[in-house]
Amino acid sequence: MLFSNVSFDLGPGDAAIVTGPNGIGKSSLIRIAAGLLAPFEGAVTCKADKALLTEASALDIDRTLVAALRFWATLDRAPDPEERITRAVKALDLEALADIPVRLLSTGQRRRASIARVAATDAPVWLLDEPANGLDLASVTRLEALIARHRSSGGIALVATHLPLSLPGAREIAL
Amino acid sequence: MIALIRRDLRRSVSSGGATLVVAFFLLVATLFPFAIGPDAALLAKIGGGVIWTAALLAALLPVERLVGPDLESGVFDQFAVRGMSMTLVAVAKTIAHWLGFGPPLMLAAVIAAGLLNLSGDTLLRVEIGLLIGTPGLAALAVVTSALVAGVRGSGAVTGLVMLPLAVPLLIFGAGSLDPAGGAGAIKLLAAVSLVLVAGAPFIAAAAIRAALD
Repeated sequence: MLFSNVSFDLGPGDAAIVTGPNGIGKSSLIRIAAGLLAPFEGAVTCKADKALLTEASALDIDRTLVAALRFWATLDRAPDPEERITRAVKALDLEALADIPVRLLSTGQRRRASIARVAATDAPVWLLDEPANGLDLASVTRLEALIARHRSSGGIALVATHLPLSLPGAREIAL
Repeated sequence: MIALIRRDLRRSVSSGGATLVVAFFLLVATLFPFAIGPDAALLAKIGGGVIWTAALLAALLPVERLVGPDLESGVFDQFAVRGMSMTLVAVAKTIAHWLGFGPPLMLAAVIAAGLLNLSGDTLLRVEIGLLIGTPGLAALAVVTSALVAGVRGSGAVTGLVMLPLAVPLLIFGAGSLDPAGGAGAIKLLAAVSLVLVAGAPFIAAAAIRAALD
């Protein structure tokens, strides 16, 4: 048993930060919210599309950053995929790395690329598992700005993190 | 769906998948003459069976990288979050895998037939058999890959899981080379292949979903 009696409800513009010591089940909570894990008891109801960020980047390592992002943008069938990718790449300061194969990216760069994958979707619900891992200070600021912009346009963010992230007005779910 | 097939096909090409399979297939086919001796009549007699055995062994090579790497890199997580049907994903993987290894293998069989002194008639039967049998083999490869994904040291397990299941393909494939009773065998080969192609994606999808938990 990891945790029990966890209940929360997020509406447009809301955010929640999941905190707690290592191994308490933050990632499992994110995976349950994403529908990848079945809770032992209880239910998850989500009325909108979800975008998931986990430890694994899900970007093809032998393709260039933009091509790897384009694969997911194509699958999502969101309008203007190119425009979305360009914007996401710019928001995470990845322009200089756009044509570099993903396998050559460093840990932090790869993490930023994964965040760009999430940002390029039009899913209203963002499920982010340790998004700040491996990021430098400037990138953490960019991530915070990105989440803030997402919320201000009616999005929801559920963030599991052990690093401090400034999300104004976010509720805290301490496991 | 097409995006999935294109992605898998590109990955198979860029990792040299088809080249490896063809090289391995030809190598196995060449080992038999070395082991048995240069008896042209004997080689022509067993040649069709040799090609089928070599094809089966070569089909094992790409199995490990069909599902395992995608599971590790979180690609299946992303498919699941998007609510995509894992069965359709498995179908796409089967199609891409067949495109990447079926036609190259059929081309290589022409060379192998030359090495083994097969008659034109036997070669034609081999090619028809491979055309019918390789989709079943591709489906089996995807399902095996899904079943062993996440198992440590899956390389050895792969062969143990896949080869016994491929025996019917081998029996009817090699059986179809018999000029007298080949017609029945080729229908049975088609039946086995069809069962594999139709059934395997569901099993592969269930295995992938279990691996995601």
